[in-house]
Formats: sequence, C-alpha cells, structure tokens
Amino acid sequence: MLDNILSILIFFPAVAAIFGFAVAKDSIRAYGVSVAFIEFALSLLLWFSFDSNVSGMQFMEQLPLVPAFGINYILGVDGISLFIIILAAFFTMIGIASLTDTKNVKNMIITLLFLQMTMVGVFAALDAIVFYVFWELSLVPMLYIIGAWGGPLRIYASVKFFLYTFAGSLVMLVGMLFMAYFYYQATGVWSFAILDWYRLILPETFQLWLFGAFFIGFAIKVPMFPFHTWLPYAHGQAPTVGSVILAAILLKMGTYAFIRFSLPMFPDASVFFMFPIAAVAIIMIIYTAMVAYAQEDVKQVVAYSSVSHMGVIILGTFALNVEGITGSVFLMIAHGVVSGALFLLVGVIYDRRHTKMMSEFGGLASVMPRFATIFGIMMMASVGLPLTINFVGEFLSLLGFYQQSHILTLLAGIAIIVGAIYMLAAYKKMFFGEVTNEKNKNLPDVNKRELIALVPLVIITVWLGIYPKPVLEPINNSVESVVQLMHDKSITEEAKKRIPNLNEGVEMTRSAQEAH
Amino acid sequence: MLEPVNVSLESLNLMTLAPMLIPIIGALLILIIDIIKGGLDKTLYVMISILFLLMDLGAIADSAGLFSAGGTIMGVFDVMLIDGLAIISQLIIVGASLLFIPLALTHKRFHEFSYPEFFALFLFMLGGFQFMVATDNLILIFVGLETASLALYTMIAMHNRDKSFEAAVKYFTMGALAAGFFSFGSMIFYALTGSVEINQIASVLGANGFADMSFVLVGVVFILAALGFKLSLVPFHTWAPDVYEGSSAALAGFMSIVPKIAVFIVAMRIFEFLIHSGVVWLEIILYAVVVITMTMANIWALVQTDVKRMLAYSSISHAGFVMAAVLIGTTQSNSALFLYWILFSFTNLGAFSMLWISRQKHLPLHQSSDHSYSKFAGMIQTAPVAATIMGLFMLSLAGLPPFALFWGKLYMISSAVTGGYTILALIMALNSAIAGYYYLKLIVFMFMREPVINKDGHVFVSNATTPLKTIIGFAAVGTIFAFVAVNPLLEFITALVYKSGY
Repeated sequence: MLDNILSILIFFPAVAAIFGFAVAKDSIRAYGVSVAFIEFALSLLLWFSFDSNVSGMQFMEQLPLVPAFGINYILGVDGISLFIIILAAFFTMIGIASLTDTKNVKNMIITLLFLQMTMVGVFAALDAIVFYVFWELSLVPMLYIIGAWGGPLRIYASVKFFLYTFAGSLVMLVGMLFMAYFYYQATGVWSFAILDWYRLILPETFQLWLFGAFFIGFAIKVPMFPFHTWLPYAHGQAPTVGSVILAAILLKMGTYAFIRFSLPMFPDASVFFMFPIAAVAIIMIIYTAMVAYAQEDVKQVVAYSSVSHMGVIILGTFALNVEGITGSVFLMIAHGVVSGALFLLVGVIYDRRHTKMMSEFGGLASVMPRFATIFGIMMMASVGLPLTINFVGEFLSLLGFYQQSHILTLLAGIAIIVGAIYMLAAYKKMFFGEVTNEKNKNLPDVNKRELIALVPLVIITVWLGIYPKPVLEPINNSVESVVQLMHDKSITEEAKKRIPNLNEGVEMTRSAQEAH
Repeated sequence: MLEPVNVSLESLNLMTLAPMLIPIIGALLILIIDIIKGGLDKTLYVMISILFLLMDLGAIADSAGLFSAGGTIMGVFDVMLIDGLAIISQLIIVGASLLFIPLALTHKRFHEFSYPEFFALFLFMLGGFQFMVATDNLILIFVGLETASLALYTMIAMHNRDKSFEAAVKYFTMGALAAGFFSFGSMIFYALTGSVEINQIASVLGANGFADMSFVLVGVVFILAALGFKLSLVPFHTWAPDVYEGSSAALAGFMSIVPKIAVFIVAMRIFEFLIHSGVVWLEIILYAVVVITMTMANIWALVQTDVKRMLAYSSISHAGFVMAAVLIGTTQSNSALFLYWILFSFTNLGAFSMLWISRQKHLPLHQSSDHSYSKFAGMIQTAPVAATIMGLFMLSLAGLPPFALFWGKLYMISSAVTGGYTILALIMALNSAIAGYYYLKLIVFMFMREPVINKDGHVFVSNATTPLKTIIGFAAVGTIFAFVAVNPLLEFITALVYKSGY
C-alpha cells in the first residue's frame, strides 16, 4: 500500500466523492467528515513512513500516460511538499467538520472532496503536465464554491478568480512546452518530468524568458502585487469554507511552484530577478498592510493581511539560500494554519450576526470570552509573536534575505511590525470597550463543533512555535539539496556568488583532515 | 493519326473508389426503397445509413492496410490519391457521421427526418467529402466540394423553419461565390503550369522558381478565399452564425466538424508546398487570417445571448486555431491538426447534441431565442445530470485539463513552439483564456443562477431517447477519458502523416 500511497491520497477523495452522490442528504456531513478523516489519517501515515534523512523524492510512482509526447504520470514527495499535503488533508477535514447550515450541503461536500483531489495532486505531481492538469482542475471546484455559495457579488468574484488564474496558467503552459522542447533538442526525447528538467542547463537569455512565463502563472496564483486584485473579491464573496481553503492551501500552490519549478530550473534568472521580485514583495507587504488598515470589513482585513504575509514567503523564497527557503516553506504551513484559523473565526461571528462590519461589533470580549481568547491567540500568531508558528517562518525568511540585502530586509522587518498595527486595531474595535450594540448582548460563545475545529489549530500554532524541529528538519534537508542543485547548475558569476555552495564547508573540512 | 491507348483494368486500381462508392450506393438504395414502398419510418433509414457507414469504415480500414504496407496508392488515371491524410480524414468524416446520424431518432417528430431524401442526401454528401480528401486533382476536389455542399444546403432547408430557409439561401449564395473563387483560382494555376494536379503544379512552379510570382499570389488569394468561406475564416465567416442558428442543432454540430476537416485537407495539400517554397506573402496572409479568425471570433462570441450562436462563433475560433497547423506546416503540426479535430468532434458534437435534446417546438414567453442563456439558468437544480454533462463539454471546449480538447490544444501549441512560431503560441494560449469566459458564462448560468420561471427540468431532456442518450454518454466518456486514447491516437496519426510526406 505504501508504494501507491500518493495515488491513493489523490484519488481516494475523488472516488469517495462519486460514491457520495448516493448518500442521503441528511447523512452526507458524517460521510464527508469520515472520508476527510481517513484521508488525513493516510496523510499522517505518509509522514510517519517518510524518511526525513533523505533529501530527495520518496514514494515515487511512475506510469506512462502519453509516452509518445513524453508525458508520464509521475508522483513523489519530499520535505517541501509533504507538509503541505498534510495541511491540505487537515484543512479539508476541518472545513467539512465546521460547515454550518448550508443550502445544498451535499453538493458542497462533494465539491470539497473533488477540490481535495486536485490540491493533493498539485503537490504530489512530478510531471509538468500532470501538475498543470491538477493546477487547472483546482479552479473548477473553487469557482463553483464561490459562485454558488458566495455573497451578493459572487458571480463576478468567481469569474474573475477563474479568468485571472486561467490566463496566467496558459502563459505558464507555453513556458512548459518550451522547456520540453529545449529538453527535446538537448536529448532527442520529449519529457515533461520535472526531475529530467532539473538536469537541463539553459543559457541565461532562455532562462530569463522562461522564468517570465512561469512567473506570470505563479504570481497570479500567489497573488503578487499587482496581480492581487482578484483575491479580495474572492475572499470577500466566498463562503467561510471557501476562504479557508483558498487562503490555507490554494495560494500555497503559487509559492510552492516557485520552489519546485522556477528556482531549480532557472537559477541564473532567479538571481537576476531577485531584487526586482524582492522589491515587489516588500511593496506587497507594505501596501496591502496599509490597505488592510483602511478596511471596515473584518474579513477583508484578514484577506489583506494574508496577502501581506504571502509577501514574506516570496521574500524568503528569493533569498535563494537554505535559511530563507526553509523559512518560506515553513511559513507556508504557518500561514495556512493561522490565516485558515482566522477565516474560520470570522465565519463564527458571521454565522451569529450575518455581518462582517467591525463597526457593528465592540466589547465582544465580555460576551464571548472563549472566542476572544482564540481570536487573540491567532491574531498574535498572525502578527508574528515569538513562540507562535508564524514567528519561526518569518524569522528564518528574513534571516535568509538578510544575507542578500540588509536594507531590504530592514524594510520588510519594519513593515511586519507596522503590520501588527492593523491587526491590533481590528482586535480593539471588535473585542474591547463597552458592548454598544444591543444585538451583541446575548451572543452565544463558540459551541462544541467550532471548538473541535479551532482547538487543534491553536495547539498546532503553539506547538510548532515552541518546537518546530519535527517539521523543520525534513524541510531543511530537501531545501539543502535544492540549493546545492541551484549552485551547481548556475552559470553566471553573480549566481555562483549569491547561491551558497553547501559542499564547500564539507570539502574544506575534508581537505583540512587530509592535510593532517 | 491517333494511336489506340490501351488501358488495363488493373492499372486503374478501381478499389481506390470503394470507400466513396459505398455511401453513394447506400443513397441510391434508400431512394429505391422509397420508390418501391413509401411512408416508411425514419428508423429504417437511420439503420440503413449506419450499416453503409460501417461498410464504408471497413473499406477505409482496408485501404489503410494497403497504405501502411505499400505507401501512397494512386488510382483511376492517377486522379485518386489514397495517402495518410485521406485515410485519417475519411475516418473522421465517417466516424463523426456515425455519431451524427442516430441523432435523427428524436423523441419529437421533426419535419426533415420524415423524408427519406434527407438520408440519401446525407450519404451523397459523405461521398462528396470523401472524394474531396482522396485526390489532389483540383477538378475532382471541386466536384466533390459542390456535390457535398449542394446536398448540405438542401438538408439545412429541410428543417422547415423561416430561419432555416434564410440559412440555406445564405449558405447557398456564399457557397456559390466560394465555388466561383475556387474555379478561378484553379484556372490561374492551370494557366501557369498546365496542370490541375497539385503535385504537378508544385513541381512546375518549383522548377521555374516561382517566376510569375504575382500570378501565383492572385491564385493563392482566390483559393484561400474559397477555402476560407468553407472553413468560416474571418472575414469570410459571416454566414456561419446565421446558418448554425437556422439549422437544427444536430446538423449545426455536424457542420462544424465534417465539412471543415475535408476542406482542411485541401488546404494542407495546396498551402503546404507553397509555404515551404518560401512565398513570403502567403505566410503573412495566412498568419494574419489565423490570428484574426481566432481573436475576433472569440470577441464576438463574448457578446452572444444565444448558446447556439455562441457555439457557432466558438467553432469559427476553433477553425482559426487549427488553421495555424497549416501555417506552421511541420509533421507535428499536421498531426496536431488531426488529433485536435478528432477530440474536437467528440466534444463539439456532444455540446450540440445537448442543445438538440432540449429543442423546444414552441418558444415560451421569457425566451428570446430557442437556446438563450436564460433558458439554462439554474439547470443544476432541475436537471443535475444534464447540467453536469453540459458543463463538462464546456470545460473541454475551453481547454481545461484533463478533458479531451486540452490534449489537442497542448499538442497544437507545442507544434507552434517547435516550429519557431513563439508569438503565435502565445496568441493561441491567450485566446484560449478569452474563450474561457464565454464557456464559463454558460456554466455560471447553469450552476450559479436561479431558474427563471419553471422549476421543471423536463425541458432539457424533452427530446431525449435512448439512442440520443447513448451518443451523449459516449461523447461524455470520450471527453473525460481522452487521456487514455491520446497516446495511441497520436502514434497512429503521426505514423500516417509522416508516411504521406507532410
């Protein structure tokens, strides 16, 4: 079973979703939760049997799909993708478990299970076309979730979401086809396997163009400034579960793809574009933080803060050294947990009051003390308080980029601190002071179902904040091999200098020993 | 003193005519049956047509076997030319017809199917198309094209609505103009080279180094305009939306596939050698036509309020997309053309069949046209299975992986990349993104809006019978599981195309 565990992880939810059509409407929630729980247990099994000392791919599977054109169904995980897969399984489970009264709940749960298939598929695929298939397919369930269960502007928001990402990824597809063609020219066989592409060393000009093509696809998905305009609409209109999955998993596809595709395939281009992208990332952090401060809708605050933190992830990724990339991968998970939790919390209050306007609230801390506590912890984590999960990732990301540029890192650091202002301001508006609005006087505190969803997230936030090693170590091992690959492949002097050579230290000690 | 010419029957290779003659014999048989005993049911004629199509398929398979064993086959004074292109395109023509003809078995009664002539004309038309693709003689191409077109005009008019007559007359007028263009273009090539055989024209022009460049260009422009009418390339597309709207949905789906593949073969035979001979202007003209057709048709499709008209414009856009293969002109691009068209025929016939089974005899008040978007509003609540299948076809047409058309698009864009047409590859990709919007529009109506008036889902399947459902199911399965079929298809097509020297 372990040989095919990735295929099982991908297709189990889809098969279960098809069977789900036969389940009666009033029992579908229990069905969905059990399927998602089994999937989560399987993903934990994957972690359990994952050898964290190995830096390369594990649980590889290979099947020919269109061998005449070099397309194969190749799967595998390393430390980078492993935890995002677990996160995807976890959030689908929590998302289904915390579903409140929804119309057509059966369609919603079946759609979520299909969405889970595509999410796991994206992170497990090691063939560019298989990756692309899942990447594009993930748009359809999300389109449906936003469009069918969203707010008043839901159709505009969902179509905008779809078209933006669809257009970007088509440009990426052209890039992929070029990459395959270059591989064909170099070796005489077509191949879309990512591991084959890693071996290809391209001239710098080609790298720059291809980097650009892939960048458009990934940057829209992240979303990076100035391509971020679809996200606030999508978040603003999406139902709670849609926002949770979108923020926790779907956005990570973009940042993950940077590490999986752009960095190892185009190391020189990555160095070339390092500072422009870092500048964009810092603009993104500062600008969206300022926009977040101006929002009156608490969900928009969380949405913009989520974009802001994606900027830190990008910054860490483009530090191009082990600390930065490890930090950014860790921050992806942290961001998933924290922003997912914040969207869930906003959903809790929305269910009670059917409004998300902060001016409608105030003094909630005295009415809903447990809710205020959990919100407080998550808000502190989002701000990056030490001993919470976000701090580890942000610190490592900035530490990594500090080695490339002191000034930019300083700017980013200040921006993060400034970012704390809008979160604290939002918290103050909602929870402190007198209860002024009559409607807020008798709000019930978080109930059992919501606690089941929220408490594990709080535990993870604190646990990984205090002791991140079990997650950090496998990530670090895999990132080291990526960075070494980048160093070995790079051809320009600048790139050789910017990307550290990890073997150097080993060689020096070895030569020192030989000298003895 | 005239010398007697001895022609041995073997040298005529009459077997090359077999695939074309079978549908013609079938058509005559249908007419004879009708003379002997009139008033028979349409099911009889449908089944007879299917039988003859199956025999036709057998004959094509037979010539495919001969081709793979011994290479290109010439016959009947070297007029017939059976090569890989002819074989694949005939397979597509007959295969798509096999999917089309059972669509006549509707639940409601329609005017045209009560005439046996409809089925006879249909088989005559197929014979015409098959002649067209299996020759490189410009005169026989012309004869095949006209046989097929005249039959098609009549079939459209037989739908017996005001709009159908309008469509038939419009198509006929435009078609007559195109026929004029085609014969004029052929005449110029004949005047230049003294031959109507495309390979002769190519070798004569090649030998004198394209000395009469201006005349060649005039001939090319006439031929391109003629083929452009048939392929509905912009700016020769104006008939297409009206004709699609006027004819029955089933026939419109058929028209978007079969006539076009036949004309694509002719375009490949004529333009391939011209492009490779370095006629610069031709490349520029074709490039412009391809880009304009793709882009403009997409933009027009955005503003349509009727699904059928939207699909008509989308078919125009797809034709432009595929025309790029002729422009690129490599083995990969020509294989991509066939792969694309096979996958497209599945998806598009499926989409038009979905419209066909929801055909209403009388328009309700809130609908401005038979297949307006608003008719499909909230379909997921009233007819969930039909809505899901329709959504599937839309996603496939938009090129969303892993559905059928994605693989065609993938291979086509890849052939543009490989052929050195980088900008074209980007334009093709971005056009797919534009196209995404109007396909999505129907999905939005079906899945995200509330039903307009009636909560009764029966209207969407009112016309459905078991054979129709089978066909749609077949198309849907083919659309979903295309990734299994892509590899064998690709190997088969590439082998045949490569062996034919394209």
